[in-house]
Amino acid sequence: MEVREHNGTSFYSYLAEEKLMGSRCESCRALHVPPRPLCPACYGNEMSWEEMSGIGELIAFTTVHIGTNAMIAAGYDRNNPYCAGIVRLREGPAISGQIIGVDPSDPESIAVGTPLRATFLNRGDDSGNFLAFAPVD
Amino acid sequence: MSERRLGRGVAVVGAGMTKFGTFPGRATRDLFVDAFQEMRGSVDRGLDPADIEALYIGNYSSDLFEKQGHTAPIMADWVGLAPRPATRIEDACASSGVAFREGLIAVASGLYDIVLVGGIEKMSDLPTEQVTDTLATAGDAIYEIPAGFTFPGFYAAMATSYMARYGATPEAFMHVGIKNHDNGARNDKAQFGARISDIMASKRARAEAKGRPLPDWADEIDFLRDERANPTIAWPMRLFDCSPISDGAAALLLVAEDLVPSFSDRPLHIIGSGQASDVALHDRSDLTSIRAAKLAGDQAFAMAGLSPHDVDVAEVHDCFTIAEIIATEDLGFFPIGEGGKAVEDGRTALDGPQPVNTSGGLKSKGHPVGASGVGQVVEIWQQLRGEAGDRQVADARIGLTHNVGGTGQTCVVHIFERRL
Ligand SMILES: [Zn+2]
Repeated sequence: MEVREHNGTSFYSYLAEEKLMGSRCESCRALHVPPRPLCPACYGNEMSWEEMSGIGELIAFTTVHIGTNAMIAAGYDRNNPYCAGIVRLREGPAISGQIIGVDPSDPESIAVGTPLRATFLNRGDDSGNFLAFAPVD
Repeated sequence: MSERRLGRGVAVVGAGMTKFGTFPGRATRDLFVDAFQEMRGSVDRGLDPADIEALYIGNYSSDLFEKQGHTAPIMADWVGLAPRPATRIEDACASSGVAFREGLIAVASGLYDIVLVGGIEKMSDLPTEQVTDTLATAGDAIYEIPAGFTFPGFYAAMATSYMARYGATPEAFMHVGIKNHDNGARNDKAQFGARISDIMASKRARAEAKGRPLPDWADEIDFLRDERANPTIAWPMRLFDCSPISDGAAALLLVAEDLVPSFSDRPLHIIGSGQASDVALHDRSDLTSIRAAKLAGDQAFAMAGLSPHDVDVAEVHDCFTIAEIIATEDLGFFPIGEGGKAVEDGRTALDGPQPVNTSGGLKSKGHPVGASGVGQVVEIWQQLRGEAGDRQVADARIGLTHNVGGTGQTCVVHIFERRL
């Protein structure tokens, strides 16, 4: 397997391959998602890539009516809001992602605790895949 | 962590600020000159600016807001203080709270006796969508912003986590906005010096003048629930849950305690200081509290030898209404999960037992991000000196400021005492 640095560039290159990847510290076995080159728990710097199941649970969210420029360019606006959230993965770490398959115009229908599965979202330009989560059927 | 002490006592002997608002055509340096002049006039026994030895300037992002980097030496120049050392501190919305702490540390160390601490920001030159992106850079540009998080979105996410855990409703957040607008209406430096009820009345008057049907809001909460009157920005944060886009500057004079008699009859002694950092929002085990705020508060209370209920008046970082509720819990004013009920019960009102954000807070006074931390100290200066006019907390002796950067990756807390 090719060696990829444990950083954001590699994280997104894995997302382009539809893989959600984290860094496993070889010294203390702590798991880091997003990946990182230095373990804050033990200062170990031997990391190995580990693919996440993508299964998790929504722990916080918002429906955004005034979005970032990138999201406005992707077609979202006040009349077409999107949901952004934080998802705790089954493996332990939590990560931010767009939440799809929910109704952002009815935020009270979206619940903390909802089981979710990772999906890989292309926002219609050449900027690659973004991490998203959708409710588990 | 062992209890930390200052090397020697330091006091605030001068304080000034511009009105917070939007000031087309005026750059940060112009605003800073005004704040400096007001600060100079506030020094009881006068200030010869030549005595100032160094400057510490809080500034979040003049680089993006007004395409001006390297702002500290410009501020020094514009108030006639070049070639003194001038240092810019950037910790997002906590920039000038941290600049204040750096100035404090510099004097406490004995390196300087007299320093100027400032805060500056000029946000209103940019179109709103670019302000949104600029503020979002206080989050994690690699892992948080691509998810679609905006700055209101981060705090909205904390709010949903808080609601899920404690059963709070958006109405609790609305009560923070109502209170802070009530206070800001008593502050001529506030960007929005109008009560929510005043805003409702003016909207009714406008509808009447245009011959449109009169809105029939039963009360302020009813108005704030109206999507047309109070649109959602990032649910559950609506327009009146969010601090505005603001321009402003503020300035303070800090001196070693043994020099106080030559400057001031009524100084503010800085008796507690704390600061902490934290990880990105998604890396935290708890989203209903800001760990850096708890740690900074604990450090400041330990240094001061005080407990939360000794505080007579507090300025806390209400960039969003949920942030004030979390702040009042993190600082120990109220038990965890009860900050929302406390504001609904009026406990943090001007005439309540624990007044919070008597200035109107960032919500009503305005939030020129890099100026907000020093602006909070200006309010405590007025309160402890009995100069706060009709928002005066009677006999205030102990004041506190709580200034948060980003989503709580930085927090800095200070405690002040009036001894006379
Ligand atoms: Zn490790």
